[in-house]
Amino acid sequence: MSDSPPLPPAVTIRPTRAWVALDWRSLVAYRDLIGLLVQRDFTARYKQTVLGPLWYILNPFLTTIVFTVVFSRIMGLPTDGTPPMLFYLCGMLGWSYFSNVLGATANSLAGNAGLFSKVYFPRLVPPLAATLSNLLALLVQLATFLLFYSQQLLSGAPGEVAAPGWRWLLFPLLAVHMAFLGLGVGLVLSALTAKYRDLQHIQGFLIQMWLYATPVIYPYSRIPADWRWVAALNPMTAVVEATRWMFLGTGAVPAGTYALSLVVTAGLLAVGLVVYERAARTFVDTV
Amino acid sequence: MSEPIIEVSGISKRYRLGQVGMTSLRDDLQRLGGWLGGRRAATVEDAKRDFWALRDVSFAVAPGEVLGVIGRNGAGKSTLLKILSRITEPTAGEIRLRGRIGSLLEVGTGFHPELSGRDNIFLNGSILGMRKREIAAKFDEIVAFAEVGDFIDTPVKRYSSGMYVRLAFAIAAHLEPEILIVDEVLAVGDAQFQRKCIGRMQEISRGHGRTVLFVSHSMPTIQRLCQRCVVLEKGQLKGVFPVEEAIEQYNRNIGPSALDLDVSASPRELGAAGDEARILRVRSVSERGLLFGEPFAVELTLQVNKPFDALMAGFSLNTIDGQRVMTLDSDADRQTWKLAPGRYVVTLRLPRLPVSPGRYYIAASIGQGRYLSDLLVGVGLWEIQPGPRDAESDRGFGGCRLVAETGIRPA
Repeated sequence: MSDSPPLPPAVTIRPTRAWVALDWRSLVAYRDLIGLLVQRDFTARYKQTVLGPLWYILNPFLTTIVFTVVFSRIMGLPTDGTPPMLFYLCGMLGWSYFSNVLGATANSLAGNAGLFSKVYFPRLVPPLAATLSNLLALLVQLATFLLFYSQQLLSGAPGEVAAPGWRWLLFPLLAVHMAFLGLGVGLVLSALTAKYRDLQHIQGFLIQMWLYATPVIYPYSRIPADWRWVAALNPMTAVVEATRWMFLGTGAVPAGTYALSLVVTAGLLAVGLVVYERAARTFVDTV
Repeated sequence: MSEPIIEVSGISKRYRLGQVGMTSLRDDLQRLGGWLGGRRAATVEDAKRDFWALRDVSFAVAPGEVLGVIGRNGAGKSTLLKILSRITEPTAGEIRLRGRIGSLLEVGTGFHPELSGRDNIFLNGSILGMRKREIAAKFDEIVAFAEVGDFIDTPVKRYSSGMYVRLAFAIAAHLEPEILIVDEVLAVGDAQFQRKCIGRMQEISRGHGRTVLFVSHSMPTIQRLCQRCVVLEKGQLKGVFPVEEAIEQYNRNIGPSALDLDVSASPRELGAAGDEARILRVRSVSERGLLFGEPFAVELTLQVNKPFDALMAGFSLNTIDGQRVMTLDSDADRQTWKLAPGRYVVTLRLPRLPVSPGRYYIAASIGQGRYLSDLLVGVGLWEIQPGPRDAESDRGFGGCRLVAETGIRPA
């Protein structure tokens, strides 16, 4: 081959004693694999389903309808003066990507045991690919939201929804925040699940509990003032409220709460990367 | 000699027995409870459960060399390859690699059944460490080698098992790492495809000047491919020898084993083997020992843990090179048993043992239909002696010598 790659530097294999041993260089070397895994997720997930990629739209849409009927119509929960459909769509927009990433990465070790025990590639590749491949669902969800938003903006009473503004441009940053948080928690869970298989059964429950603990189906303003500090400890509170603040102009997150959320996210991601790498090193010896 | 491309120095690997498998939260909580209660876990007990799969192994490999790795089951070959290919970490020691490493421990790893052959070539290639454009450049070559032709855009779940394996090997065989690690993958496909695989391996090392580490139980293949061999025994390095000497070492080190073997704890060939039914003991009950041409009988003691409708048992003799010379399956004449859980002794008999004198590895299996519940390969080495009734049986012919119905007439 004429353009054969230059000989890589010598690799040394020895027992790792360091606490943190992230190999960024090899992650870069395997970027094509990350890309192909993302592509595989797209093509394989909806193969042989009748509706195909339409499920990306239907999933959050159906959830929103259920929320609207149950929580708004039947239970009469307030929505900060926003049309309920839009309120829930926006809340789910702030929530779904995080929960999808968490669900997709929490089983990275146990779920790939067969592959990991046969061939080496950086163990962070599957969770990173899962994080990226869920971006498509987020984009579709965003499009669905914008469709309803513009319909409401054109036909609804004036002033019912805020006009688009500069805040919208912040959404990509928020998406990165969600991704890091979901990935961090997912990595911690997969390291724990690799050791304690019992935890596999808790994951779904954990995500559900977390949803109720986060102002997705109720507004932040409904949380009693003396409980707000508890809500602030949940990093997703700030994320979901910030989503509503960006798109609907309702809800306000105190800057301190958002800063705390950033700190918690950074901490969880760091812990996740460390415990995942440590668990992955000798994980195959115990499966 | 140029600088070695692989330098292994003092590699050891320890496994914790008993801890292997599933740890549950309960176990750890109990351990924590015991620790908090002042009962420090006994270290002697811990040391007894340690198992050293490799102990202080050192050797070096020159660029362009095809190095064989041989040793009996449990000698540490697979562990060595797993450490070299970075699947697991060593407990102690160091390896220096001066080149990209590609390992081929099992073909078809990471194949996705829903994806087409084309997509899987890219996915599998990049799992094995290739860049996308490298794969694209080799794509046609891979498809041609695998002989899958028009099926390249069909999902691989519709492939026959032969096509599946051919495609998987083709991808791996076109890897371009400086060091290629191969573990018994040549045992795939039909004889013709095997020859093609061996040819490809020779091409990789000679034509492309790449270094290959090759593990196999098949001495003829080792002899064809390798110049030198690492010989491992019980986790320790016996030495690195020229191939003929290594094979001799390998064969010489094995003395015949007892004719009554307790195999209840022997390593199994299948993942979950022995759970539903397990072979506990293999015993030759031939009256006068193992003699060519004399009556032969072998008893397998079984522990059956679930009801079976049609259990069969099998016993075979294999040469040291791994060639099967005789198979005795209870269902060769449709004989199977309907069994409730319990212990049983199966007897397989032959009126005359037809296998030529020599040393043979024994293998035993039990199962139902095409599914094996337990499989033991090479658990013992039995020696067949020349028989009294046939003074010519040591003429040195291999395989089986059967009694033919003879006749002669003037031509």
